[in-house]
Amino acid sequence: MARAVSTRRKWFFTILAWSIAFVIFFPILWTILTSFKSEGDAILIPPKFLFFDWTTENYGVVQERSDYIKFAMNSIILALGSTAFALIIAIPSAWGMAFAPGKKTKDLLMWMLSTKMMPPVGALIPIYLIFRDFGLLDSRGGIITVLMLLNLPIIIWMLYTYFKEIPAEILEASRMDGANVWKELVYVLTPMAVPGIASTVLLNVILAWNEAFWTLALTTKDAAPLTQFIASYSSPEGLFWAKLSAASTMAIAPILVLGWFAQKQLVRGLTFGAVK
Amino acid sequence: MGTISLKNVRKSFGDANIIPNANLDIRNGEFVVFVGPSGCGKSTLLRLIAGLEDLTSGTIEIDGKNVTDAAPSQRGLAMVFQSYALYPHMSVRNNIAFGLKMAGVPPAEIEQKVAKAAATLNLTEYLDRKPRQLSGGQRQRVAIGRAIVRQPEAFLFDEPLSNLDAALRVNMRVFIMQLHKDLGTTMIYVTHDQVEAMTMADRIVVLNRGNIEQVGSPLDLYNNPDSLFVAGFIGSPKMNFVTGAEAERHKAKTIGIRPEHLEIASGRGGWAGTIALAEHLGADSFLHVDTETAGRLVVRAPGDFRGKDGDKIVLKPDMARLHKFDDNGKVIR
Repeated sequence: MARAVSTRRKWFFTILAWSIAFVIFFPILWTILTSFKSEGDAILIPPKFLFFDWTTENYGVVQERSDYIKFAMNSIILALGSTAFALIIAIPSAWGMAFAPGKKTKDLLMWMLSTKMMPPVGALIPIYLIFRDFGLLDSRGGIITVLMLLNLPIIIWMLYTYFKEIPAEILEASRMDGANVWKELVYVLTPMAVPGIASTVLLNVILAWNEAFWTLALTTKDAAPLTQFIASYSSPEGLFWAKLSAASTMAIAPILVLGWFAQKQLVRGLTFGAVK
Repeated sequence: MGTISLKNVRKSFGDANIIPNANLDIRNGEFVVFVGPSGCGKSTLLRLIAGLEDLTSGTIEIDGKNVTDAAPSQRGLAMVFQSYALYPHMSVRNNIAFGLKMAGVPPAEIEQKVAKAAATLNLTEYLDRKPRQLSGGQRQRVAIGRAIVRQPEAFLFDEPLSNLDAALRVNMRVFIMQLHKDLGTTMIYVTHDQVEAMTMADRIVVLNRGNIEQVGSPLDLYNNPDSLFVAGFIGSPKMNFVTGAEAERHKAKTIGIRPEHLEIASGRGGWAGTIALAEHLGADSFLHVDTETAGRLVVRAPGDFRGKDGDKIVLKPDMARLHKFDDNGKVIR
């Protein structure tokens, strides 16, 4: 009897989990489906779920009208650039806080995280003015710096929790072996933290890739990533749902595939330290 | 050369005074053991010498050179950690070679030195493995290999055998003693195990609550302990302590007598009592005896002693071996 109950429970939770997953995934699924509809079908009420005339014409039109590759290149450069930049700052900071903590280290970590609680629009005007005065508007360097600062608290937090798991004795052993701080970071700490750094990088690339607020506000053409590419389809000329969906699908496809392959690392990264 | 001297060394963490004031001179080539119960500051003292902790005040000199503010890497010492602290991402070869690489030794010379160390430690066939593929004893040997390859001024061992099983521990103990004999390098060895201290040390430093209680050769500490603490810490089973009227007869607050210095006698003129418990170890038997006037005493009897629980016996102390202590626990000589 007990076994029957547990089987029933198992079915229940399996169906529940799939339902929740489906609800979460539905907007993406709907976007993908819509991208294959004609503009007419896209706004039809009641909507057609699967049985419509499938067409790839939207993708052709989108590619013709705007240069996908150029936007995608910008997205890649911004995501990777801001991540690399952030790591250069975050690894030494997290090392310091994990292995040589002071009285205020916890407060410092909390304060860094608190900057993420502020609505970004509060900082928009000052940052916009700084960008304008320093000629950084629509420059890759400028937007990389902003994205780096934006995600730095999360990166430092993640690395900090990883580093905390590394036994301090191993770093001390390297010091006894004659390594200075720099060599200790490069030859011992970083290679040991590779799994942690990898999941931090993945998460940050995804966050930077999807970041819309700042990229929309601070770029127009030269440094514009895929968020601008999508936004250009909700223009004053009117909404073209099917084309907008095609653009969105093209924009999220790379990161979706990356996320799919890296999901193990991501889950590990997000739960590290919490579950041992 | 490897002389190390501590002068008025003090270390505190916040309000906690871990090492109030330590003075110690370690001679070149000496095997010194820091021993004491857990939390007595012995590891902290070792880490101060290593440079892994900063002194609150005082000075440390190595070979007459003041290294108080020098980084660990500049002190020319090698350390073997309790957890071995091997680099998990490096092969055994690279673990051993790491210190030489940091020192900028040419690759050919590194190769030759690593091969030599590996041969000494029976690690040659494991050179390409990662630490996680090794047993505890092998990891321990890699940690030692990493230390010896650099030919340091002195070796620091922080409870290196406490993670090994009993049989391996005895082997490694002998191995480290042999290593000391072969290299002739100064070694400082931290342990809470008084048997390790007694068997390995040229000189033992007994620590209690951060204070150096006594420094001396193993037999010196065994025969002439300065204080109740040292008397109780060195020797196994522990020295018997008797207070009250029996102690006052000897004009002392406490008297101490080791289990091996009590004789089992018949008739009168000793401490009469009943055997409460007998531990038979084969070569020896340890009898726990409830005496009428001196409380419970442990006595060492020959292995073939036939006494049973409940038997009445008389214990006669060897008066020449009786230790007397005053109110402050200091010895009365």
